[in-house]
Amino acid sequence: MTGSDIHGAIDAVWRIESARVIAGLTRIVRDVGLAEELAQDALVAALEQWPESGIPRNPGAWLMATAKHRAIDLVRRQQRLDDKVQQLGRELETEQRIAEQDFEAVLDTDFGDDLLRLMFISCHPVLSTEARVALTLRLLGGLSTAEIARAFLVTEPTVAQRIVRAKRTLAKEHVPFEVPEGPELADRLSSVLEVIYLVFNEGYSATAGDDWMRPALCEEALRLGRVLAELVPQEPEAHGLVALMEIQASRSAARTGPDGEPVLLLDQDRSRWDQLLIHRGLAALERAEKLGGALGPYALQAAIAACHAQARTAQETDWQRIAALYEALAHLAPSPVVELNRAVALAMAYGPAAGLELADELAAEPSLRDYHLLPSVRGDLLARLGRLAEAREEFERAAALTRNERERTLLLARAAECRRTGEGGPTPYRNGH
Amino acid sequence: MYRPGKETKTMRFMMIVKASADSEAGVLPSKELVAAMGRYNEELAKAGVLLAADGLHASSKGARVAFSGGRPTVTDGPFAETKELIAGFWIIQAQSLDEAVEWASRVPFEEGEIEVRQVFEPTDFPADVLPPEDAAREQALRQTLGR
Repeated sequence: MTGSDIHGAIDAVWRIESARVIAGLTRIVRDVGLAEELAQDALVAALEQWPESGIPRNPGAWLMATAKHRAIDLVRRQQRLDDKVQQLGRELETEQRIAEQDFEAVLDTDFGDDLLRLMFISCHPVLSTEARVALTLRLLGGLSTAEIARAFLVTEPTVAQRIVRAKRTLAKEHVPFEVPEGPELADRLSSVLEVIYLVFNEGYSATAGDDWMRPALCEEALRLGRVLAELVPQEPEAHGLVALMEIQASRSAARTGPDGEPVLLLDQDRSRWDQLLIHRGLAALERAEKLGGALGPYALQAAIAACHAQARTAQETDWQRIAALYEALAHLAPSPVVELNRAVALAMAYGPAAGLELADELAAEPSLRDYHLLPSVRGDLLARLGRLAEAREEFERAAALTRNERERTLLLARAAECRRTGEGGPTPYRNGH
Repeated sequence: MYRPGKETKTMRFMMIVKASADSEAGVLPSKELVAAMGRYNEELAKAGVLLAADGLHASSKGARVAFSGGRPTVTDGPFAETKELIAGFWIIQAQSLDEAVEWASRVPFEEGEIEVRQVFEPTDFPADVLPPEDAAREQALRQTLGR
């Protein structure tokens, strides 16, 4: 093996093992920041030693054992410092002694519980959302500060600071390294799900010309979602989120046209949808459904995505089912945006008048006042009903509200079309979804 | 923070299990190997990287369709060159060939061979190799709401 080969191999081992090593170490030293430093030290040792010795048979256990020795060294070094530090060191050493056997046990036991604890602590509500995201990607994704910074279009020091502060906050607040129980579990789990979906959406919103790290976030979020679903297989929403992400990711290749312009769902070339991911998404949704009970928000969104995934052509879409699923979603997670989507589904299922009725109700909604999609949808439905003068006004309003230049052009074109074909009857109904 | 290696990007790899005299003879793997493989598959799933996996029947149950001058010729199995045959595969998500190779190295085989190959992604094909969109489609797109 050449030097660069072995570095690639060590990188691969780190990618596979780092989260489990950090999780195992955190259980023992009870400090996520310290655990990560120790894991990093072990990695540096691997980089020094493995090119000579070769990669050990069980590299994860090697990294863990090495980190353990570093931890003990650290405690001894700290003991030689001033009183305050000495005391801290003693506390740590006490824990260390208690934990001595733990280390051995951790090396052999299933890392699953520790990994789950690490997910929960990284997404803990004492942290800001940004900090949760950065810490999750760092500790569970094994991403570097630089990679996170590039993915989120912020500077490296910003990310570094977020991570340092997050670790400090967790230590200061004495956040326990545990899997929450009872009523707390649902809230804490939804925080983890939210962070993963946020990472996914950040990647999904990447556009042509963006750094490749951004779309890579989708795969990483998917991977983390799958890891979580295996750790809490009894939680339907974990499978629901995986299903949602798999199906959304299946459309990646079809979402942009030859010039990098966005292609809306109903216009996408369905032959470019990734059938493997669709298959996985449908399987995950089935797992969520089989666990029984009413579907949660992620599973419902996945079920809506599944309706599209299962329609061979846009015309075959089961809009009645989609409208019903949006209704269930609106009950569970009331939001004007969900209602607007329901209006679109109703229009597709039962005709524009049905959709317009709901869209008109939403016109009074203050949170949608500056939301360009509302007039955009209303304009479309009005045009479909042949009420072209009103439609034109709505398109113009939507054009004034959107911040997307391309979208504005489209909307103004539609407004102009309404004026031109004023006497020519309704235009063919089209809508993105 | 120090992190080795060069920039990586998530990709898919197929880990192809080469056939053996046993797999070609239709000899099923031992109970121990089946159990070990089950644990291995579980490890892949728990790491969130397993996308698909399957084993193949012996080539005696298969056939080959060869093309010459655009005409297919069918030959029934079995086929002789065992080592060039495929007995099964995994498809995994990985950030690098190194990562895929690391996973392949953990397959609990005593003997055998696994070939690791990168899978083409749909995005590896530029949109312009697909049939150009016709004018009607363009028109439809223009009429579509921005959502």
